[in-house]
Amino acid sequence: MLAELTHRCPLACPYCSNPLEMTGREAELDTETWLRAFREAAEMGVLQLHLSGGEPVSRRDIVELAKGAREAGLYVNLITSGIGLTDARLQALEPWVDHIQLSLQGVTAAVADRIGGYTGGFERKMHVAERIGQMGFPLTLNAVMHRHNLDDLPATLDMAVRLGARRIEVACVQFQGWALKNRAMLQPSRDQVDEAKRIVARARRELKGRLAIDFVPPDYYADYPKACMGGGWGSTGLNIAPDGKVLPCHAAETIPGLTFRTIAEAGLREIWYDSAAFNAFRGTDWMPELCQTCDRRDVDFGGCRCQAMAIAGDPTATDPVCRKSPHRALVDAALEIDVVDAAEPDFVYRRL
Amino acid sequence: MSDDRIPVLPRGVRRHHDAVRGQEVLLGPERALMLDQTAVAILSEVDGQRSLSDIAGQLAQTYNAPRDVIEPDVVAFLDGLADQMLIAYA
Repeated sequence: MLAELTHRCPLACPYCSNPLEMTGREAELDTETWLRAFREAAEMGVLQLHLSGGEPVSRRDIVELAKGAREAGLYVNLITSGIGLTDARLQALEPWVDHIQLSLQGVTAAVADRIGGYTGGFERKMHVAERIGQMGFPLTLNAVMHRHNLDDLPATLDMAVRLGARRIEVACVQFQGWALKNRAMLQPSRDQVDEAKRIVARARRELKGRLAIDFVPPDYYADYPKACMGGGWGSTGLNIAPDGKVLPCHAAETIPGLTFRTIAEAGLREIWYDSAAFNAFRGTDWMPELCQTCDRRDVDFGGCRCQAMAIAGDPTATDPVCRKSPHRALVDAALEIDVVDAAEPDFVYRRL
Repeated sequence: MSDDRIPVLPRGVRRHHDAVRGQEVLLGPERALMLDQTAVAILSEVDGQRSLSDIAGQLAQTYNAPRDVIEPDVVAFLDGLADQMLIAYA
């Protein structure tokens, strides 16, 4: 379960997974409601909790939230930019947080600060990363990759090793929300992606037992779509937004006609099992004929509903990334034309 | 030949009893591994003190099974976890 505690964030990454319409501080859930949500999640069988945002340490009650989550029996993963994570905060979080996932915008201040839209951010992040390492905190680097930093992949892997991370996620930008707005500027080339795959394959061999590498390729170049949330809509994951809306994924609000209930209105179990939104694309009954009769039906579950909405304008369509989709030509066209090759393009930065 | 590598659960990886599913689970970063009885038996011997060889010997005794059958299974299981960084060797 992903808990987006807040949309406030010092960074302004142009591929942020938060929705275009964000929630201000005044509408954020209070401490007690979050703690109840964590307990209900654990009782429902949720094992892993990702404390995310925005920047989760922007919440003054972050230590209390982490403590409550851990006491509820959840594995607590803090997903942070590191900005604002003071030494005192780190120490207070240490007993309750199992693992830290630190985002990485780039391996040089020039690239990282331009992507994050925050001068000095890279230096502060590196300082926090050193402290995390000194404390022996289990660390994963979450490197979001795109046209402007994919060529730095070897240096990115080196940085993970140097910082003592045991895992790195090399996550190519998926085009939803802010990333879709900036797609033409973020889209890597096919050559960049092919080279990245070779580098990852080699590094996996060379760094076996030292660094685990998760690689998420950009799906526009793929033949088949990614399964929604890894196992299909409403099957393995859920997301709670800062205002308490319970969502099947972080982009689900882009699908018109669905009503999402909040954790303040109803119990998590009721929302998960019984709400119309969670049942809308659960299982295989909703699928178009193309997916129903496909031998990959139970592998990719028709792909991403939000991407079907964004590209094909129909959330019940086959994910247009699929080679068999009647809308695949729209994806191919986006790869051929409408790509901005500037080194310093005018990103639409994510601002609250 | 005795394998004297000492397996240990690193910080950030822990056992968890999942009461909802009635199941033992190994939790780590972005991982939740459902453990079968064999996995539980092996992991219960991982204490950061004893070697792979010691662990195989102990399990052979406990389950009254031939050691040369047990040891390759123990090593294969723990090496698999090590590849995923879910255990470390001291």
